[in-house]
Amino acid sequence: MQVKLPDERGHFGEFGGKFVPETLMTALEELEKAYAKYKDDEDFKAELALYHKEYIGRPTLLYFAERLTKHYGHAKIYLKREDLCHGGAHKINNTIGQALLAKRMGKQRIIAETGAGQHGVASATAAALFGFECQVYMGEEDTNRQSLNVFRMNLLGTEVVPVTSGTKTLKDAMNEAIRDWVTNVETTYYMIGSVAGPHPYPMMVRDFQSVIGLETKAQIHEFEGRDPDVIIACVGGGSNAMGIFYPFIGTGTRLIGVEPAGLGLETGQHGAPLTKGHKGILHGSLSYLLQDDYGQILPAHSISAGLDYPGVGPEHSYLKENELAKYDSVTDDEALAAFQLLSRTEGILPALESAHAVAYLEKLMPDLSKDDIVVINLSGRGDKDVQVAASALGVQI
Amino acid sequence: MIMIKLNRIDGLFSRLREGNKKALMPYLMAGYPDIETSLKLLLAVAEAGADLVEFGIPYSDPLADGPTIQKAANSALRNNVNTDTVFDLVKRARQRTEIPIVAMTYYNTIYRYGLEECAKNAAEAGVDGVIAPDLPPEEAEPWREAAQKYGLATVMLAAPTSTDGRLKKVSEVSQGFVYCVSLTGVTGARTNLPTNLTDFIKRVRKVTDKPLAVGFGISRSEQARQVSEVADGVIIGSALVSLIAEAGDNCIKAAEKYISDVKSAMDS
Repeated sequence: MQVKLPDERGHFGEFGGKFVPETLMTALEELEKAYAKYKDDEDFKAELALYHKEYIGRPTLLYFAERLTKHYGHAKIYLKREDLCHGGAHKINNTIGQALLAKRMGKQRIIAETGAGQHGVASATAAALFGFECQVYMGEEDTNRQSLNVFRMNLLGTEVVPVTSGTKTLKDAMNEAIRDWVTNVETTYYMIGSVAGPHPYPMMVRDFQSVIGLETKAQIHEFEGRDPDVIIACVGGGSNAMGIFYPFIGTGTRLIGVEPAGLGLETGQHGAPLTKGHKGILHGSLSYLLQDDYGQILPAHSISAGLDYPGVGPEHSYLKENELAKYDSVTDDEALAAFQLLSRTEGILPALESAHAVAYLEKLMPDLSKDDIVVINLSGRGDKDVQVAASALGVQI
Repeated sequence: MIMIKLNRIDGLFSRLREGNKKALMPYLMAGYPDIETSLKLLLAVAEAGADLVEFGIPYSDPLADGPTIQKAANSALRNNVNTDTVFDLVKRARQRTEIPIVAMTYYNTIYRYGLEECAKNAAEAGVDGVIAPDLPPEEAEPWREAAQKYGLATVMLAAPTSTDGRLKKVSEVSQGFVYCVSLTGVTGARTNLPTNLTDFIKRVRKVTDKPLAVGFGISRSEQARQVSEVADGVIIGSALVSLIAEAGDNCIKAAEKYISDVKSAMDS
């Protein structure tokens, strides 16, 4: 394993940190203390393990994708089936963990931000399960694009607050959630959905998601008796990637994060800060960002709303900078092709986010041999995306 | 310890202290409602009795600001205002006024510009200090070092939620004055002052001798007068910005009158 990061100030090398208004600093310190206290606490761990098993449905399967493997005719391809988690995506691993912490901290109200709605639904689910009041901030544009998820959250008893400021998407939803937190900090728990935000969130969300990597390690050893050669995951904020990468950092397994190239990196219409961005501060931490020469944040674009974010978790910036992971990108069209390929070869509809990881096989496979083993983190299921996919493919439904 | 040259901010507060007066510190968004008018507004409020001007550098994601200042920032960005535009405005203002000018922005605009370059250009333009609400003392050291080199004050914020330990840390690091955030929330006019404001200011007084300026939520003359009884400076942002928005072509006259009214209430 690498040196234990972040350091006590929440830094991953030069990245991370706590860049928030003073009003929130005490709350972050409390959160840090609470997390430090409970993360190794036996009762907490036992309760989390129980919910993993009985509610989320863990361990999720590590599935050998035989027909997809044959399709390429190179390495063996395994899928880590996070799409089988309760709710249909890995997001619940984090929200259940944070909800158990919020309960112990005595909070009654939860707020969250959401883009596509996956983290919003996972937060609403955890709130319903533990009886919290919950409000989810969602860009107005996203509430229109993802109206089904708005309704799902409402069914779960959560109020969705449409955000009309800025670009009316995920980054603005996060701004608005932080503004709410600044106002209601004494009663409210802010449930961040990715390995982003101020310390301790990137560390805490990584820890809650690292169950993906730990299971993968045990399962692949059972099947193959060794670590995989390559792990691929999509990267928006980067929580599913961080979760599966974490136990493998520095072990020799090649870790590849796939960012959304949108309409193409050269068009500027993408969501690939690690590939095309510059260092800066957004939403409380220092990381790579899409921004102009004066530090104004630029809007991101991706066919997948869950990857439509101009920033990325600080630990990914650290992994990139130190060459502990590699980051590349695939376009909307390539993701869409992979979405169809996996559906046809394996009978699995991947989320458009996860389809980015699958699409990377096109670039990777020629370099691999039959003995190599690849694991793709299939972070979510694609049912939520059929409308977007149909419209992109010119099909009326 | 690096020597900080006595800049206009320190000069202001020691002068006011001697005369037992309090500072009126209005906030203006640079480039709002348009570039030239924002310069005229700066000069006008200085003339009308303001003691220090906070000049906002617009930022796309102002997470400590309420709707009024968010809108002004968006509108300034649409006017193609950037950090250099703001420095240029300050440079032009400096031909006409010696009022202390504090640039208020978010840390990413400073970081992206380059810490050293930003401090140098700000100081050369005639900026006296910088406030970045998302830069707490824990992360401020690299910027403070650059700022000090060019005689710029870095103003830190204290909040009602800060523990006594944090208030001490913030006050020690803050230069020029300590910006006391009156309430737990974002910027924006409120009908009433928070009831625990006096206690909060007392807590900060206990840990520092530096001047204390109170901002967030203050809009009316009477509120400004009440705040000036306990603090050394009164910061008015959103109320002035929305008055400018409403007054349209008459915004300069309206701002002058407002500032002079608030100032007389504070001095009465």
